[in-house]
Amino acid sequence: MVELERQDNYIDDINRELYDIRDEFSYSYKADKGLTPEIIREISGKKNEPKWMLDFRLKSLQIYNELDVPPWSPDISDLDIDNIVTYVKPKTDMKISWDDIPDEIKDTFVRLGIPQAEHESLAGVGAQYDSEVVYHSVRQYLLDQGVIYTDMESAVRDYGDIIKKHFMTCVPPRDHKFAALHGAVWSGGSFVYVPKGVKVDIPLQSYFRSNAPGAGQFEHTLIIVDEGAFLHFIEGCSAPKYSVNNLHAGCVELFVREGARLRYSTIENWSKNMYNLNTKRCIVEKNGSIEWISGSFGSRVSMLYPMSVLKGEGASSEFTGVTFAGNGQYLDTGAKVIHGAPYTTSTINAKSIAKDGGVAVYRGIVKIAPRAHHTKSTISCDSLMMDNNSRSDTIPVLDIRNDEVDIGHEAKIGRISDEAIFYLMTRGLSESDARAMIVRGFVEPIAKELPLEYAVEMNNLIRLELEGSIG
Amino acid sequence: MERALLSVEDLHVAIGEKLILKGMNLRIDKGEVHVIMGPNGAGKSTLAHILMGNPRYTLVRGNMAFEGQNINSLKTDERARLGMFLSFQYPEEISGITLENFLRSSKGSITGKNPSVLSFYKGLKEKMSGLGMGEEYAKRNLNEGFSGGEKKKSEILQMLVLEPKLAILDETDSGLDIDAVRIVASGIREYMDGEHSAIIITHHRAILDYVKPDFVHILLNGRIIESGGAELIEIIENKGFDHLRESAKSGV
Repeated sequence: MVELERQDNYIDDINRELYDIRDEFSYSYKADKGLTPEIIREISGKKNEPKWMLDFRLKSLQIYNELDVPPWSPDISDLDIDNIVTYVKPKTDMKISWDDIPDEIKDTFVRLGIPQAEHESLAGVGAQYDSEVVYHSVRQYLLDQGVIYTDMESAVRDYGDIIKKHFMTCVPPRDHKFAALHGAVWSGGSFVYVPKGVKVDIPLQSYFRSNAPGAGQFEHTLIIVDEGAFLHFIEGCSAPKYSVNNLHAGCVELFVREGARLRYSTIENWSKNMYNLNTKRCIVEKNGSIEWISGSFGSRVSMLYPMSVLKGEGASSEFTGVTFAGNGQYLDTGAKVIHGAPYTTSTINAKSIAKDGGVAVYRGIVKIAPRAHHTKSTISCDSLMMDNNSRSDTIPVLDIRNDEVDIGHEAKIGRISDEAIFYLMTRGLSESDARAMIVRGFVEPIAKELPLEYAVEMNNLIRLELEGSIG
Repeated sequence: MERALLSVEDLHVAIGEKLILKGMNLRIDKGEVHVIMGPNGAGKSTLAHILMGNPRYTLVRGNMAFEGQNINSLKTDERARLGMFLSFQYPEEISGITLENFLRSSKGSITGKNPSVLSFYKGLKEKMSGLGMGEEYAKRNLNEGFSGGEKKKSEILQMLVLEPKLAILDETDSGLDIDAVRIVASGIREYMDGEHSAIIITHHRAILDYVKPDFVHILLNGRIIESGGAELIEIIENKGFDHLRESAKSGV
């Protein structure tokens, strides 16, 4: 029988029980607090890593110590990195059968609906419980087509050449301080390779969950979609809440080869003490395309700007994102696109909701290189303010280095109008239902891009977030 | 005497500091159609909105009762659940929610029981076709990008689906061409089956060629200055509101 302990830190979080139940769980190994080369060696040793990876980690640690936090960043002075245990290894080792997984872990995943989802419609599930991937499966027919879907630790050992060639080349450790930190202490995550011409017809999904108090989460995702292939990858994140500030500094590196297409969907629902400093980037070759679907909920501070590097002629990128900032939250999110070749196109469609003093910032960059003629970019930012205490900013940067481009940009910041609420209430809807309906409608363009169970989860999250403020 | 469906007594209503309705009385019984006419600024829309509890309007004095229950302090949705409905002069556009899903939620809220998807859609389709609305409107976002005429049809559709006991139609016929007026009017006629009641607020007589009123009230400067039958429409048509204004002043 699992003992469940509940901690409600904020009054308006009462309705988040489903996501905020912490399991009593014992860990077989815990690193000392703080970051030293010895800890890095220990982590690497535990994972039986090749020497090149250990060297990479040590080099990253050095860069981490050299770099400062960017000057424009939201306030993260509360975050004491030395006080965060960077590595927590769950008791269990890799399992292939759901039945073999310890009950405590299973229970958490059952609560989040993971096994059902896996049984019902998904091609494979890699679920990360704290730092190690504990459960992994891929349908046999994908294996037969040469699709690789495994955890990063195994990938480093089993596909060393391919990993060494790609690992943190898309997001180098020198990129920023937290990328360097990631390079030093990364743990867990997924590796996917889709061979030339293979179309993976059902989504692959991974579900990350951070559970240990004070534990960081530094998973690494590396996906290569080879020429003409297709993949839809879904990443879901949900963390229960603890009194110690938690840090998430994951890294996602995506490689889309010529004529390939990748859709990368995320619903992140972090506990409200989490610092989510995640880096996601995709390099797109000729005529390839990347589609980002991104939902950012929870966390205390988020800094997240998925970047598309359109490297080959005719490459395209589409970003669709929604951010929901409630009481005590500062969510600084957006998207970046670099048009590095002619005839490339990009679309950014970002929506944000701010309520109860929450701050939602859209920050984005579109860069168009001198040689990238005949490029096209459309940016649209839409913010919805639920009250007068909240804040919403739009900081779009356009850096255009040639004349033959077609750029469209629009930004809207709106409030829920009292007349719209009244209109819906004359049709019998309560005030809270009317508000929820308007917010659901606002995010509908994103919800409709998600697989059904994720759209449902997003609607549930919105409902939970809204209930906090309405009496 | 039978209990009134709606009774309004000594109604004083303000927007901000400005008093708009200055002592209005009205009684509507089951099955009756009441027409309210009056020049711009007379307080017609104010009446419609205060009856539904729009928070922008302040009830200064007076009482409103629906089926004998005082509704002065009821919220808008509670009034809707009692069986009151307002067709808006300028319906709101709501993004991301289809007309069908919206109406199914509304119907569920009002009846307390969610209708089944299939049978609801079937009924909706029939009512839409009666109003000359193609099936595709069910999947469109609520009023979003609808023309003026389409919005008014959408309002009448909502009335037919939600089946209120009392429908308040605020200039539902304004801005419509002759064909649209005929379609909207036929929708109202379908609804007026002797059981249902309506308040029709209008400037034009065209709609009254299709829907026969039991009572006509002339609203002027926040008060009903004259009540009567359909013959009042003729007087307005021939002599205008100014004539009545003069009569009101001279106390005739």
